[in-house]
Amino acid sequence: MLSLFKKFKEGLTKTARAIVEKTVGVFGARPIDATTLGSLEEALYGADFGVETTQEILEEIKTAHRKDPSMRGQQAAVIGAAVLRRVLAGAEGRLENGTGGTGSGPGSPGPGAGNPAVICLIGVNGSGKTTTAAKLGYDLKEDGRSVLLAACDTFRAAAVEQLRSWAQRLDLDLVASHTGADSAAVAFDAWQAAKSRHKDYLLIDTAGRLHTKRNLMDELAKIRRVLQKNDPTAPHHSWLVVDGSLGANSIEQARVFHQSFGLTGIIVTKLDGTSRGGALVGIYRQLKLPIYFIGFGEQPDDLQPFSVDNYVKAVFGLENGA
Amino acid sequence: MFESLTEKLTSALRNLRGVGRLSEENMAEALKEVRAALLSADVHFKVAREFVDQVQQQCVGQEVLRSVTPGQQIVKIIHDELVKLLGEGSTALTEKRPLKILLVGLHGSGKTTSAAKLGRLLKKRGYRPLLVACDVYRPAAIDQLEILAQQEGLGFFSDRTTRDVPAIGAAAVQAAQAQQADAILFDTAGRLQIDQDLIEEVRQLSARIQPDEVILVADGALGQEAVNVAKAFHSALRLTGLILTKLDGDARGGAALSIKSVTGVPIKFVGVGEKAADFDQFYPDRLASRILGMGDVVSLVEKAQEHFDQKETERMAEKVRKADFNLEDFLVQLHQVKKMGSMDSILGMLPGMSGVKLGDGAERQMARTEAIIKSMTIQERRKPEILNGNRRLRIANGSGVKVVEVNQLIKQFQQMQKMMRMMRGPGAKKMMRQMEAMRAKGGLPGM
Repeated sequence: MLSLFKKFKEGLTKTARAIVEKTVGVFGARPIDATTLGSLEEALYGADFGVETTQEILEEIKTAHRKDPSMRGQQAAVIGAAVLRRVLAGAEGRLENGTGGTGSGPGSPGPGAGNPAVICLIGVNGSGKTTTAAKLGYDLKEDGRSVLLAACDTFRAAAVEQLRSWAQRLDLDLVASHTGADSAAVAFDAWQAAKSRHKDYLLIDTAGRLHTKRNLMDELAKIRRVLQKNDPTAPHHSWLVVDGSLGANSIEQARVFHQSFGLTGIIVTKLDGTSRGGALVGIYRQLKLPIYFIGFGEQPDDLQPFSVDNYVKAVFGLENGA
Repeated sequence: MFESLTEKLTSALRNLRGVGRLSEENMAEALKEVRAALLSADVHFKVAREFVDQVQQQCVGQEVLRSVTPGQQIVKIIHDELVKLLGEGSTALTEKRPLKILLVGLHGSGKTTSAAKLGRLLKKRGYRPLLVACDVYRPAAIDQLEILAQQEGLGFFSDRTTRDVPAIGAAAVQAAQAQQADAILFDTAGRLQIDQDLIEEVRQLSARIQPDEVILVADGALGQEAVNVAKAFHSALRLTGLILTKLDGDARGGAALSIKSVTGVPIKFVGVGEKAADFDQFYPDRLASRILGMGDVVSLVEKAQEHFDQKETERMAEKVRKADFNLEDFLVQLHQVKKMGSMDSILGMLPGMSGVKLGDGAERQMARTEAIIKSMTIQERRKPEILNGNRRLRIANGSGVKVVEVNQLIKQFQQMQKMMRMMRGPGAKKMMRQMEAMRAKGGLPGM
């Protein structure tokens, strides 16, 4: 667990530093005044937490400040962290142990006996689905599970080649067709292959699509229908891959994908930049979809399970306790 | 694009519109809402604050309080400030041959797709573009660019044997000379602005190839991060322009305001769809108008001009005039409309339509219509009146629709023909008047 936090912290170090830097003294030993409150507001907005959460944090800090005018920056950070923890309560998604994962939601049935657990990765263009599929496959394999990748992005030029090259590099099984093929047909074949090869997991990489394109959203529904012909309980996980450097629109993306496809969770990518990935707070706040993983880079092991505690600490620069 | 910002601004100003006279209090309230709208549209905190301050100053300076229609005047001021912030005037590319363009940006911002779109545009303008694959990291990135280059009939250069990106760039410049290519587009790997090694790599590439344009490709949905990204790339590479991508989504696009205001680098193009043609020149004044819900009619007209074959259009007009318009002509028109890009991107340019989502219903309808017509024989297309029950059934089966739909299409077509005939006759004037009246009613959104 310690090493996990280290990785997490390294990934988000710039984050922590950014908030602390911007609010020199705010989270330090100096007492809080109007100026520091102003820069605190700026830092919180800068983290993309969204208007609601930012104001909630600010309100609580101001209230505490009225009660105790000699309040120090460190205390403000603790309050901020507490609010964020409250907002993110229950936000950690976990794949369950044992062969074959089960749905995260209460009562969602697992795959039928001998069937693979199906994970669909969906999202807008350039959010990092293909890279995430490869990383996730690698993680599951390292964890002793058997995995089959399905290259269902048959639209983008060379997307199939991209996943194939990952599969070769990481020694993962892949079912693919050619660009322009019917993605649902690939999903169908992949499921059959996963079943006959006794795979624990089937990871489906889909084409990027903007949530505003209805025909492309219908294509997703078709993939689902086809999978359900094989196993009525599939897909067991439908995760939206979200670019962590995006702003408020990612909430809209999540909302629409959730409405039309039924999401079970979120993966937030590209958090190795200076982005605080605060949009994940907004998504969770609005939709209560658990966050399963966050991505910190292009290496296979750069995908980490999401931890509220680590995230909150890293964002507010709290190292010990709190 | 920007619909939501438009909505928010509209609702923020609604209070003002009802008020006969503007008081300082209700203006402050509206401006607070404008700031909140900008923030939730991902405009950077500081940029939003400055913008609101500016608008406030303008309001006071121009004595809005005494004006007769304060709402209109504030909208005008916000509009002008937006135009100023987005950069006044048009933002053309350097006119140089050979023209060397370096595309940089974060991962997944759309560099490779934009390279192909930009190449296509330059080809249309009479250049011979060469796309150069400088992304040696992402698996199959080179293949992607090569396929796109093929699809668009553009030159392509890569060297799969090396990871020395500056060397690839230099070799490409030479190759371009040999091939007489006069627009060289360098597609680079996605990189974080804080990744020192990769930033250094692209700096060296830039030093070797001496680009005329260094363009940052940025996702239109970027959050507050946009400012850091743009600043860092700008200080490392001296950007000359910006391409804003994925604006066919519903992102509010506040990033555009932020980037423009912190770097001063002009936004040159916007990506508005997955087709290579879904790529537009950026006009700040139009975008500002659009933000305020005033539509973007000029863009639409230009787009139509680019895609509609002039001669074909004249021939069509003649046919319409003579009411000699058959299903074959109809099919040709359908194709022309399709060439203009997705229906949503066309619709988005129309006044009052910025919030309207056609979805893909209309597009699907168009595809069906096309299928139906294509299932007809040439003779049937030219003389739809010969379509009897048997023929209609065959067409329905051939195009995978129900006979009802074939009937519907034919009925619509007949109505159209009838209208055309009316336009020829003495009733034409009357009808034109009716249409005018209709247009006035459904017309431009009043402020």
